[in-house]
Amino acid sequence: MKIGALREISAGESRVALTPDSALQLQKLGHACVIEAGAGEKAGFSDAAYTAAGVDVLASAHAVFETVDVVVKVRAPEPAEAAMLREGQTLISFFWPAQTPELLEFCREKGATVIAMDMVPRISRAQKMDALSSMANIAGYRAVIEASNHFGRFFTGQITAAGKVPPAKVLVVGAGVAGLAAIGTATSLGAITYAFDVRPEVAEQIESMGAQFVFLEFEQAQDGAATGGYAAPSSPEFREKQLAKFRELAPEIDIVITTALIPGRPAPKLWTQDMVEAMRPGSVIVDLAAERGGNCDLTVPDEKVVMENGVTIIGYTDFPSRMAAQASTLYANNIRHMLADLTPSKDGVIVHNMDDDVIRGATVTHQGAITYPPPPPKVPAIAAAKPKEKVTEFTPEEKRAGEAAAFKAQTRNQVGLLVAGGLLIALVGAYAPASFMAHLIVFALACFVGFQVIWSVSHSLHTPLMAVTNAISGIVVLGALLQVGSSHWLVVSLASLSFLIATINIVGGFLVTRRMLAMFQKS
Amino acid sequence: MSAGIVSAAYVAAAVLFILSLGGLSGQESAKRAVWFGIAGMALAVAATVFGPGVGNYAVIAVMLVIGSVIGWYVAKKVAMTEMPQLVAALHSFVGLAAVLIGFNADLELTRVLALDETSRQALTGFAGVLAHKTGVEIAILKVEVFLGVFIGAVTFTGSIVAFGKLAGKVDGKARKLPGGHGLNAGAALLSLILLVLYVNGASIWALVGMTLLAFFIGYHLIMGIGGADMPVVVSMLNSYSGWAAAAIGFTLGNDLLIVTGALVGSSGAILSYIMCKAMNRSFISVILGGFGATTGPVMAIAGEQIAIDAEGVATALEEADSVVIVPGYGMAVAQAQQSVSELTRRLRAKGKQVRFAIHPVAGRLPGHMNVLLAEAKVPYDLVLEMDEINEDFAKTDVVIVIGSNDIVNPAAQEDPNSPIAGMPVLEVWKAKQVFVSKRGQGTGYSGIENPLFYKDNTRMFYGDAKASIDQLVQSI
Repeated sequence: MKIGALREISAGESRVALTPDSALQLQKLGHACVIEAGAGEKAGFSDAAYTAAGVDVLASAHAVFETVDVVVKVRAPEPAEAAMLREGQTLISFFWPAQTPELLEFCREKGATVIAMDMVPRISRAQKMDALSSMANIAGYRAVIEASNHFGRFFTGQITAAGKVPPAKVLVVGAGVAGLAAIGTATSLGAITYAFDVRPEVAEQIESMGAQFVFLEFEQAQDGAATGGYAAPSSPEFREKQLAKFRELAPEIDIVITTALIPGRPAPKLWTQDMVEAMRPGSVIVDLAAERGGNCDLTVPDEKVVMENGVTIIGYTDFPSRMAAQASTLYANNIRHMLADLTPSKDGVIVHNMDDDVIRGATVTHQGAITYPPPPPKVPAIAAAKPKEKVTEFTPEEKRAGEAAAFKAQTRNQVGLLVAGGLLIALVGAYAPASFMAHLIVFALACFVGFQVIWSVSHSLHTPLMAVTNAISGIVVLGALLQVGSSHWLVVSLASLSFLIATINIVGGFLVTRRMLAMFQKS
Repeated sequence: MSAGIVSAAYVAAAVLFILSLGGLSGQESAKRAVWFGIAGMALAVAATVFGPGVGNYAVIAVMLVIGSVIGWYVAKKVAMTEMPQLVAALHSFVGLAAVLIGFNADLELTRVLALDETSRQALTGFAGVLAHKTGVEIAILKVEVFLGVFIGAVTFTGSIVAFGKLAGKVDGKARKLPGGHGLNAGAALLSLILLVLYVNGASIWALVGMTLLAFFIGYHLIMGIGGADMPVVVSMLNSYSGWAAAAIGFTLGNDLLIVTGALVGSSGAILSYIMCKAMNRSFISVILGGFGATTGPVMAIAGEQIAIDAEGVATALEEADSVVIVPGYGMAVAQAQQSVSELTRRLRAKGKQVRFAIHPVAGRLPGHMNVLLAEAKVPYDLVLEMDEINEDFAKTDVVIVIGSNDIVNPAAQEDPNSPIAGMPVLEVWKAKQVFVSKRGQGTGYSGIENPLFYKDNTRMFYGDAKASIDQLVQSI
């Protein structure tokens, strides 16, 4: 099959969907590649480089549409581009089917198959083609770089001969891929980084990247797993708590990077005007959600604005495009992996397997029908979090009542046992002679002492304990000794035999214990 | 030496014994504790020998020398891996001694009762004690003798069977004669009848008959308990030997015997209880043998066991930061503790965190693994209990399971129908990678399949544990 990449025509877009490297890989799958002239120029890939990689360079987009079976690009097609699609042709690009239903319908009419890179399901197997994540990673990194560019100070704290430099404090709101990338970049530049997310389960990820999780005390936290790892809208009460927390943080924070997005909705407003006003002059806000309305009230999409109090708000929407070489490489790889899945036998024949969760999920039109939205994937993206066990909170009164009840039960138990034991002993005492009772007292006390003492023996010493008790149980030797003085020959011989074996027991038991204990050493 | 001084010595000996047991609460104090025990024993024996009513000193001296030499020889010779067998064998000695002493008591009693009044007055020592007993006291004495002999006899044959099982001389599987526990119950009932006869004046033959029955009970009871439950059995027999000594103490009217027997008896009982709790089993079900009835089919295991060679394990270890080693009975059998210690030393030299996780019932004796690792000079502060380390497995890079099976079986938590369901286990499968060193694909002592071996993050490192670890040490 022939695969062709177009030059992106939307303003400010520098990325390209095919790189010389990815073209080489695609050729290994049995495909031929073509590219529109100048497509890779802004990303640093010259036409010559493509030619060298065995890619045909065609003069116009029209020529590309004419020759190829699969069109790959970055941004969703402009109407002019979509008009050039023909029946049976496949388009792979970002598409945003939920926001652009007319374009979707238009492509269906054309009879083209559209694979939307933004619809790739978030399951482990599909990570290699998850272009949203790869682009978000770049955006997170770039956001910190842009922020540092407009921030007049070091990120890292330093004490120099010329004075002390405090470290910058960075707050990252929303710990998705972009947020985590931003955290990683900010911490590696030396900033003190805080991060917030509505999904409490990402706290661990945040901490693993080196930031502190801004903890919000709120009970009804949502389970992000239910929404495929994305955040869902939160309740008004939660939002209030959250904003209160941000308001508290705003005066100390130097750099705010907001990345909060909810799939299929405008970005939530999390950084309000009063928070911006509370920030110190020179602070920077980077709003990665600017394209979807922005997390900050004052964000102007695609622009950098400086407030009266000296706070800079960056609302660029083209962060990946600002790192076009890197972004193109990663995006082209995502595309290549998608095509590899579409070419299962590596023979250049595309098999559009609609039973495959990944391909089914990403396909939005196929064979003249709209296939969006896809059915839920067979494999859940993330295992659902186990329901947490309800820890019943007792009031102090209940606690005290419970303790009192336990105490009473314990007392009843102990008293009951004592009474029963006492009665039993009394019963024995009523019939047995005094000499026996004296021994019985000793016996009962010794049992009691034994129980008390053994509980404290440490587990690792149980074998020595056995050896010691075994040696000590050789005390039966006393019995033999007391009998050996008898005048009866049989008694004497039996007694001396038992004396012999009891002695073996004593000596063997103690010596072996010594041997064992001598081995226990501290490191 | 007067009777008063002997009693004083006994008090001192009893206190020393208690201190000795109490001192075992820590590794360092334990070294002192054993000396307390030795001192107590020496004091007790010396006081008795030089006390009133003891004769035949020549016999005593000869027996003392022979016994000490044998004991010393055995203690020096025994390998640390054979410790369970040794302890079991020594228990049988105590049991046998108790039986013999009980018989002696009966013989003396018969002899004393046959004498006339005047010659009775002239008797000294144990015979003298017997001579002054009233009718009720003699009845009680007979019960005591009977009990002492019964417990001693059960301990004797039980310990011998346990010794055979632990030493591999007797098949470790639970085995019962047709009739099962009915036989034991019948024998016990017969013994009870014999007791009644004996107290009412039957001759020594009642005692002999009961002894034979008790021998059978001891044999049959322990034969019916599987090898995996041996830690409980050994500590239970330990307890029995104590009770036997206490019963003998009653017979002889010797308080030190009573105190010491009671100490040993209760300590063994508590140990058994701790062991049972560690296996989530009731004491009764262990004693009666076999696992409790399961309620449904055991979960089928999907997947296959994937093998790996020493190179593969070595590579994983090189990359790991934290390593946990879970030793089991297999390590003891293969005598691999020295190799494991060497492996630990090398890994630690490379700056990796190496720890040991010990399940309470790992091995065939309580604390078995600790002793073996200590022998191989593994520092004891690296050796952790199940409760201390179980939560850390999720953060561990590599777990090496050496010859343990049931104690790392996830079925205990995952499969309610598994025979070991509910038993606390080491959650090794939560680690990033698990290597299982194992001789072959067979099941453990309990005969249960282990789903751990089929997990995605588990690799099987087949072969004799010692040979495998040696190979591993060389590639690191």
